[in-house]
Amino acid sequence: MVNYIIRDLMIKKILIIIFTTLTLTLNANAGSDGDLILKKNEPSEVKDCFEKINRVTFALNQTLDGVIFKPVASLYRKLPSTAKTGVSNSLDNISHLLTIPNNILQGDFKQAGINTGRFIINTTIGILGIFDVAEYLGLTNYEKEDYGQSLAKLGVGPGCYIVLPVLGPSTARDTLSSAFNYLGGDPWYNVTVNNDTQYFKNSDYYYSKGVSGVDFRAKNYDSIENLEKNSLDFYASVKSLYLQDRQQKILNSRKIINTQNDSDWEEINQ
Amino acid sequence: MKTRRIILVVFIYFLTLGNSFSIEADVFVQSTVNRASKILSENLSKDEKINKLKIIAEETVDIKGIGFYTLGSIRKNLNDSQKDKYSKLFREYFLKSFSSRLSEYTNPEIDVLSKEVLSENYTIVNSLLKGTSERPEVKIDWRVYTKNPENPLIRDLIIEGLSLARTQKEEFASILSSNDNKIDALFKTLEEFSKN
Repeated sequence: MVNYIIRDLMIKKILIIIFTTLTLTLNANAGSDGDLILKKNEPSEVKDCFEKINRVTFALNQTLDGVIFKPVASLYRKLPSTAKTGVSNSLDNISHLLTIPNNILQGDFKQAGINTGRFIINTTIGILGIFDVAEYLGLTNYEKEDYGQSLAKLGVGPGCYIVLPVLGPSTARDTLSSAFNYLGGDPWYNVTVNNDTQYFKNSDYYYSKGVSGVDFRAKNYDSIENLEKNSLDFYASVKSLYLQDRQQKILNSRKIINTQNDSDWEEINQ
Repeated sequence: MKTRRIILVVFIYFLTLGNSFSIEADVFVQSTVNRASKILSENLSKDEKINKLKIIAEETVDIKGIGFYTLGSIRKNLNDSQKDKYSKLFREYFLKSFSSRLSEYTNPEIDVLSKEVLSENYTIVNSLLKGTSERPEVKIDWRVYTKNPENPLIRDLIIEGLSLARTQKEEFASILSSNDNKIDALFKTLEEFSKN
């Protein structure tokens, strides 16, 4: 009983912190157009308020990567392609549980419907998501969504750049949105860890997150090695790539026309 | 009369000659990719491959332009001697980094899919690096500078939506800001990279 009260108090405290922080980062023009969202999430505009701490955490993560993720990813890469595709598909299928509520939060009801269809088809006919049957049926171009992206669409700025231990690059907004996953925002966390559904164990959640990390590392194995080898400041490169990626995901567009202003080059042309 | 006719023929000849040298951005990218792929699939030592890739880079990439773009607004404060030194150091850095990155790949297959003309000066060429058993397929967009249609030049590679020129620019900005915006610090870093 005491535990429940403490937990309730903690949740309330966390919610207050989240609310206060979001209020601070919310712009008066909340719900603004694409240009403002683009400007707010411009990588060069995101402040690295805790650079010294971030660099230390980054170095720690690199050590962890060298000891754990890189060797495991190296072995994972040796698996047959069909096995890796199956694992990747299953993880994508689970991620629909977080994507669908965020499609709704972003007002994209059509995509929420499509993704619900994808999830039902792939979980049943696709045998727990191992096979992406929905893709064959024309429900293509799946894009993951999270609360960070939804907040950005509502006009919330990214806040400071943060490097989290183990989890890697993030921003204040994205860190807070991740915290919301553990407060009931992530249905997969709810059915595995939060509630005793008897169908899933706590470990199912942590395994899925661990495998997801390994899958990501394996897919980007050569690119990361290459980037590290050829970077003058690897920390700055990773930061830039992460922030560019978030900007693209928030805009739901791979269009680089909007994200690279031609005027940057104009002076050089003269 | 005869002289007039000769002048007219010469004029038309040069006119058609000029047009025939105009290269479409997508054809230019596909041809560049094919040249690089051929070298990477040949039975050559790594150093030989790197040297040949450097030649392609010098012919097809606007190294000087990228260098000044990545330097950011600080370029306005440099004197001519510093600009020359930077251009030289950046060129060495770029060629080493570029060829080293590419030489890791063996026989990469890239298909040019489409192009989008942004303006008279820029065309984006969309391509796809085919997946292998070890890595998924990768979308690569090429930002081609087409001000001189006879000599298009690559100014940026956008891999899965992430711009390499922009990443480089922010990397340089980080080095400069950690060293009170002193250009000599960047010179030193570039020199060290090229020496190693």
